[in-house]
Amino acid sequence: MKAFDVLVVGAGIVGSAVARECALLGWRVGIVTGDGLSGSATAAGMGHLVVMDDSPAQLALTAYSRSLWHHLATHSPKSAEYERCGTIWIAADTEEIADAHAKCEMYVSLGIEARMLSAAELAQAEPNLRSGLAGGLLVPDDGVIYPPAAAAYFLDEATRLGAKLFPLRATAAGNGEVCLSDGTVLNSERIVLAIGADCKLLPALPIQERKGHLVITDRYPGFLRHQLVELGYLNSAHKFTDDSVAFNVQPRQTGQLLIGSSRQYGSASPEIEPAILSRMLDRAREYMPGLGDLSALRAWTGFRAATPDKLPLIGRATGLSDDSTLWLAAGFEGLGITNAPGAARLLVAVMTDQKTAIDATPYLPARLKQQESMACA
Amino acid sequence: MPETLSSQGVTVQINGKTFEVARGTSVAAALLLAGQPSRISVTGEPRTALCGMGICFECRAVVNGVQHQRTCQLVCEDGITVETNR
Repeated sequence: MKAFDVLVVGAGIVGSAVARECALLGWRVGIVTGDGLSGSATAAGMGHLVVMDDSPAQLALTAYSRSLWHHLATHSPKSAEYERCGTIWIAADTEEIADAHAKCEMYVSLGIEARMLSAAELAQAEPNLRSGLAGGLLVPDDGVIYPPAAAAYFLDEATRLGAKLFPLRATAAGNGEVCLSDGTVLNSERIVLAIGADCKLLPALPIQERKGHLVITDRYPGFLRHQLVELGYLNSAHKFTDDSVAFNVQPRQTGQLLIGSSRQYGSASPEIEPAILSRMLDRAREYMPGLGDLSALRAWTGFRAATPDKLPLIGRATGLSDDSTLWLAAGFEGLGITNAPGAARLLVAVMTDQKTAIDATPYLPARLKQQESMACA
Repeated sequence: MPETLSSQGVTVQINGKTFEVARGTSVAAALLLAGQPSRISVTGEPRTALCGMGICFECRAVVNGVQHQRTCQLVCEDGITVETNR
């Protein structure tokens, strides 16, 4: 007799959401939360709940997850600071206006509310943007959340439903067993690795760390109303090699502003890098000159868990391991906060052979094996 | 230096009211003399200077229109305006 129906390793927002979803099934759930900082990307991230259209599969998952957030947010505690502030994608010139139009049409055709803003409407919506910008695309149902509090809410829900927490490090996981750092061995026929970019438990995971910097300011209520992202962000986010920065600012409920964003490969140290930080802030000031007069409280870095095809790994670890007890919910890169509720639903549906709300195939880890063999052919 | 401690006062506008304080008075002390909070916290509590040496950030206020100035580190200039940071 196995002790648990599922063991979830990792208690960032994805692991916590998976644990909650499993507990809702009435399963006996164990969560290995780690012995120190758990959910490092969850703690470091911005918490932008955003529909992203960098691929049809990413669009499907983000749109599905965002709809789940709308429902969840009505139950989540105030500390989760959910705010449906909307995203405005900023078009700097006429070329970007054309991109914004295309994006707008596609969103609307899929039933995602979106509308174009003229230069004047943009200036009225966000008076602190510089003048001379071409316009923007408003996606009103996007939002923001405070990720650690949202993850804590999922974890509380799971434990309220009977899930058991193990505040220890997993030293090994496989064949129905999870070994903990104090020597305890837990048993389950299902082990879900929700370990972000920490691949020690399954070194075959093709996940790379992608470093980012963020800055938080003091409180300036009213300075910013929407999450603002430059349309060039997608170009930045899609680069695989070079370091890049993009204008991406977020209003918090406290009146504080989060200023991003940077993306770096191959920088494994968590230290703040002044060169990239100042590039990031210069970029932000190009769009919002007044940011330069605000006082920043803190800057920090975090690591996104990036897969080779920019899509998360949700499903059985087929192709990465022959162990049929191993499942994955990892590799969300910059969209783990947005995609956590959708990923948790999908994973549970796949684990229980139920019909999924959206096609789960694009996220199945088995695809990596196919991509690899195609590349070799 | 003795001249900075001369008895001649300076006028300070604090939340719209005019006060006269001794030359050399810190802005944080002026706020205390006026009985006005330096700032209102996220949860709506009035706050005032605590450490008095620029470390705790409790004495932040709007000085001459600039938000989040540590008032314990500023000396009142004649005609300065100070508002509670909300």
